[in-house]
Amino acid sequence: MTSLFEELQPAAAAEVQTTRVDIKINGEYKAAQIEPRLLLAHLIRNGFRLTGTHTGCDTTNCGACTVLMDGAPVKSCTVFAVQANGHEVTTVEGLATASELHPIQEGFKDEHGLQCGFCTPGMMMSAKALLDENLNPTEDEVRWALSGNLCRCTGYQNIVKAVLWAAAKMRGEAPPTFGAPADDSADEIADDSAEQPEERSDEAAIADDSAGGEG
Amino acid sequence: MFPSRFRYEAPTSIEEAIALLGANEDAKVLAGGQSLIPMMKLRFANPALLVDINNIPDMGYHRADADGSFRIGALCRHADLEKSTILREHQPLLAAAAPLVADPIVRSRGTFVGSVCHADPQGDWAACMVALGGSIIAQGPNGKRAVEVKDFVSGPFTTVLARDEIAIEGVVPSAQGTRTGGYLKLERRVGDFATAAVAVSLDMSGGVVKNAGIGLVGVGAQTIDASEAAAALIGSSLDDDAVDRAAELAAAASNPRGDHRGSADYKRHIISTFVTRIIANVQRSEMQVA
Amino acid sequence: MALDEVKIGGLGASRRRVEDNRFIRGKGNYVDDVVLPGMLHMEILRSPLAHARIKSIDTSAAYAIPGVRMVMTGEMMAARNLAWMPTLSYDTQAVLATDKVRFQGQEVCAVIADDPYIARDGVEAIVVDYEPLPPIVNPTQAMADDAVLIRDDKVNQNDNVIFDWEVGDRESTDRAFAEADTISEIDLHYPRSHPSPIEACGSIADYDRSTSKLTVYMTSQAPHIVRAAVSMVAEIPEHMIRIIAPDLGGGFGNKVPVYPGYVISILASILLEKPVKWIEDKTGNLISTGFGRDVYLKGKLALRKDGKILGVRMDTVSDHGAFFSDAQPSKFKIGLIHSAFACYDIPTAYLTNRGVYTNKAPGGVAYRCSFRVTEAMFFQERMVQAAADDLGMDQAEFRRVNLVKDDDFPKRTPFGFLTDSGQYEKCLQIGLDAIDYDTFKEQKAEAAKRGRLLGIGISTMTEPLGAGNSREYDILGIKMFDSAELRVHMTGKAILRTGAKTQGQGHETTWAQIVAHELGIPAEDIVVEEGDTDTAPFGMGTYASRSTPVAGAAVSMVSRKIRAKARKIAAHLLEVSDEDIEWELGRFYVRGAQDRGVTIQECAMAAYSNVPDGMEPGLENNAYYDPPNLTWPFACYISTVEVDPLTGVWDVIRMVAVDDCGVRINPMIVEGQIMGGLTEAYAMANMQFITFDEDGNCIGSNYMDYLLPTAWETPGFELHEVVTPCPHHPIGAKGIGECATVGGPAAFVNAVMDALKDIGVRNIDMPLLPDRVYEAIQTGQDVSGHPPVKNR
Ligand SMILES: Cc1cc2nc3c(=O)[nH]c(=O)nc-3n(C[C@H](O)[C@H](O)[C@H](O)COP(=O)(O)OP(=O)(O)OC[C@H]3O[C@@H](n4cnc5c(N)ncnc54)[C@H](O)[C@@H]3O)c2cc1C
Ligand code: FES
Ligand code: FES
Repeated sequence: MTSLFEELQPAAAAEVQTTRVDIKINGEYKAAQIEPRLLLAHLIRNGFRLTGTHTGCDTTNCGACTVLMDGAPVKSCTVFAVQANGHEVTTVEGLATASELHPIQEGFKDEHGLQCGFCTPGMMMSAKALLDENLNPTEDEVRWALSGNLCRCTGYQNIVKAVLWAAAKMRGEAPPTFGAPADDSADEIADDSAEQPEERSDEAAIADDSAGGEG
Repeated sequence: MFPSRFRYEAPTSIEEAIALLGANEDAKVLAGGQSLIPMMKLRFANPALLVDINNIPDMGYHRADADGSFRIGALCRHADLEKSTILREHQPLLAAAAPLVADPIVRSRGTFVGSVCHADPQGDWAACMVALGGSIIAQGPNGKRAVEVKDFVSGPFTTVLARDEIAIEGVVPSAQGTRTGGYLKLERRVGDFATAAVAVSLDMSGGVVKNAGIGLVGVGAQTIDASEAAAALIGSSLDDDAVDRAAELAAAASNPRGDHRGSADYKRHIISTFVTRIIANVQRSEMQVA
Repeated sequence: MALDEVKIGGLGASRRRVEDNRFIRGKGNYVDDVVLPGMLHMEILRSPLAHARIKSIDTSAAYAIPGVRMVMTGEMMAARNLAWMPTLSYDTQAVLATDKVRFQGQEVCAVIADDPYIARDGVEAIVVDYEPLPPIVNPTQAMADDAVLIRDDKVNQNDNVIFDWEVGDRESTDRAFAEADTISEIDLHYPRSHPSPIEACGSIADYDRSTSKLTVYMTSQAPHIVRAAVSMVAEIPEHMIRIIAPDLGGGFGNKVPVYPGYVISILASILLEKPVKWIEDKTGNLISTGFGRDVYLKGKLALRKDGKILGVRMDTVSDHGAFFSDAQPSKFKIGLIHSAFACYDIPTAYLTNRGVYTNKAPGGVAYRCSFRVTEAMFFQERMVQAAADDLGMDQAEFRRVNLVKDDDFPKRTPFGFLTDSGQYEKCLQIGLDAIDYDTFKEQKAEAAKRGRLLGIGISTMTEPLGAGNSREYDILGIKMFDSAELRVHMTGKAILRTGAKTQGQGHETTWAQIVAHELGIPAEDIVVEEGDTDTAPFGMGTYASRSTPVAGAAVSMVSRKIRAKARKIAAHLLEVSDEDIEWELGRFYVRGAQDRGVTIQECAMAAYSNVPDGMEPGLENNAYYDPPNLTWPFACYISTVEVDPLTGVWDVIRMVAVDDCGVRINPMIVEGQIMGGLTEAYAMANMQFITFDEDGNCIGSNYMDYLLPTAWETPGFELHEVVTPCPHHPIGAKGIGECATVGGPAAFVNAVMDALKDIGVRNIDMPLLPDRVYEAIQTGQDVSGHPPVKNR
């Protein structure tokens, strides 16, 4: 068996090496008896049942599986779970507290930084790694920091805005008003009620002056 | 997505790790894992034992030594180098290449030394080391030895490391004058391996090139040391003739294959264009400093 | 007082998305997140060869692995009459190969085991003996006289041609060409591409012997169609099948077809009587599931000196891969490719298409597109630019001459569609003003003197969205309507279910806005559910930008039915007759006495407590909507670029988008759709394609080779709007999801071609990879993207 959490096949278990790992995940200590070949992404998802961490590729490109290991972003599909033994892991489920969303989460919602939501947990974890180091990033710095995460839906522009929104909020400033058209509807769900930008800015888009790609 | 079975050891000393490698036929060192694990997930690599060196203390360093050499430990990550101010101060070529290796998340785990050991013809760091005349320090049961990176890489994905040797550090020799240089990489998007890339290192003194090295990426079965091209620059003041000659020789030293990224001719052309551009950029920034 | 529509989250409110509350917490529920007790895991063995006869399959080593429960082969499927399944295009497709493999990546065996690692161990242990056959990797090879027959399984199939199809008026078109001052010709290839949602496909089949019920969690954009198809293929009664499409990690057309993996997991669950989970890996997704495009064009325009287009001739060849399993519902063999030139006033046109089999993955899907509309508009806009250049005319002016005028509607398109509304020139002008067209042209000329290559490219198009009216569209005979069911509870809160299936478009948010608009119930008081065939009303699913045009209209219609009943209740409560009741948002009142009224919520309570005599209690209803026509959004995309002449690398300087999708339900979401579409357009123009080497090996089988742009390369977008309400849609909305993907690529390509125009280059086939651009600059010649042909 690859992991603890499904019925053991007696025959398989005998000759296969398994190791105990102790991981502090989202602040909680957890242990598992696992095969060394188990990828961290699979321990998180199937073992710890934290399914916010997604897998979206086979070649370490998409970043949907991004988590923080001791504060640094890693693609959890490309780390063996045994390697996390004794380390601290933060997943998307560790961003919010019971009562409060993280500003990055608020920013993603407010700026429409997600559509299907599949890349979102990984994006937010990369954003967190960036903002933990630099609370005042430029648009280019945000684009650069997120360039290990693929999104097929949004075209990134709103993701970038979401991160800048969060940065402003974390700096204690009023979140910028460049964002998506203002939401004047009164139906914010109570525990989510992020401060809404008052009105839609007339600037077409913040990315107007962004440099194009590097080819 | 699902590697085959292997045994796993995580020794806490180099000696222990070397012993494990020596005692097991089909063992592999696991460093950052950003090349090895992807290959294992696709089952292109199926080692019987992984010797994880991440628990060995004191290997994450990079530093400029008093003798002018620059040392990078086996667990120094790409991201450490990307963020490093001493690297920018002492090793402009490495500083230029650091942000272009892989993507930001891969960089936070992958190691400089592991990249050189991986000996991917499209790897960025080995070419930089070739241009700088750098070496790898390998440690085995009988002690340490230094191997110049141009000799260290012996073919695509192969090195001269013995089965029971570990690369413990990369060493860049001291500069003969002021070190400058640059790195240009043609990639189709972030996280792409190079279609072609060029590393140029120049040690300058009084406007004259004292020492030079050029490493080429993605244009042959292994990292290419364009030493003749570099020789064309040594002793020159980077005049147009010398630069053109170096660009031409670098293109001639490359041996690319045409594929969906471009024809052989195109890649050769990129090599010469990048040699010229890097040197022009160097001259432009010198002028700004002056 | 009437309610403020925006305040209650009605039409036009940029309401923040309801679904985000779970996604940002990592609490989405995608197929791979679902765990059922005792669940087994399935992995698929795929063919490494593009074309080969299977001589033998040895599964014994796989069975010897502890934890492997079953290895499924084509033979096992055949014994149950499931080795082949029907496709949506009236062909057949192999589920597990029995005789031959016909493309690299074809499903050969499946291993079911206790966990996916062991299932993969099992896959690796299977030994298949193949006898290689010559692979056919492009239409030229497929149509060669001595070409080996790919579909030797089909009786009466003697060559590799699937169909020949034509549309338009050949004679009058020939005449137009005979009378033309100039004929502009261009050959183009729209390369094969893949929708590639970040989440690949997957299913969990759970057959319960005790109830005879089959439940399948599935990555499906169209769960009801799947239910019907599974019922037909597996011969399980339809009421014993429940398909649940939970959250989808993107779709873009990829998740419309029924794939072998789903069918195999279903049979495995029936045989093993355990839930069986199959999660496709990315390579499996890229090399075996629904692709887009792969069409070749020989295009010609008959032109008058003053720029007027007199006639259009398009001869196309489409490469469908090994099975004709295009997932498209129109009555036309090659989808809506003949929607080309719909925005231009052109007297006559003629188009031919030949479809061929090749040893490549099957399953042409509408990749963010209404069935070949993307090819149509790309071909159109490249032909238009080439024609303008051939005439030496400004590309904006050339369009102005030919665009349909505002008062010409309704207007027959050259191939016979009926467009109903639009302000095409206005859109174009807004785009030109936004990008400062004239100034850029000056800058370009100035830069050229210094050896810099700047270019500007325009793309204008209208496309048919919202399949579709039941005259011209069906899937296996099923009409393309859609449905909505609305239940208003006694407290005035409501649940709405539709037959559509959101994959990121935000239906949970926007459908509630439509109800809010129609009934004045605040959007926050309405929950929206989709994707479970046991609870949702029958619908044809979400693709081809059809949800707002069709399901969205059904939401309006069902709300109006509710309102009609509520009006009667209101009359009863206010003790006046129906005719004396007036409606304002959220409230009925007595004509002439506005203060005497009842709210919709009061009517809801009365529906359960105080209905008039003879009226059925309750306040719920459903609506099936069969659209009278397609909707015709219009767009103008303009991009400026700079090309590096020494490397062939090009950068986008600016990208301006002007979209007219009619009334915008939620402007924020509409803009999100446009930006996503523009990014895929940029990807297509710049880097993204799937090609094959001479042996039929897929290049683009993973994200190392199949390039999706990251945040770094993706340019910034500047969005503008024009609103021409759709005349036949209940709230005046049109489709929007795919406009930018459809119209965008030509804007980028035209811009690069504009930069290279003076060098004498007229065309480079997509993607405009640096090496192709460099080659064109060096040689001054066009660069074709046709796949390599090896002379065997
Ligand atoms: C998506 C993606 C994109 C990438 N793009 C690039 C790129 O553009 N350019 C580039 O250069 N690289 C790229 N890489 C590779 C990346 O840089 C790797 O980090 C690097 O090649 C290997 O370093 P590692 O520490 O991860 O080594 P590992 O993966 O741990 O090991 C690689 C190999 O080297 C051996 N090895 C490692 N360390 C030692 C040692 N100290 N002694 C002896 N043997 C050792 C291992 O046994 C193994 O065979 C990319 C990787 C990914 C996943
Ligand atoms: S799953 Fe794609 S990078 Fe980890
Ligand atoms: S929101 Fe769908 S992939 Fe990013």
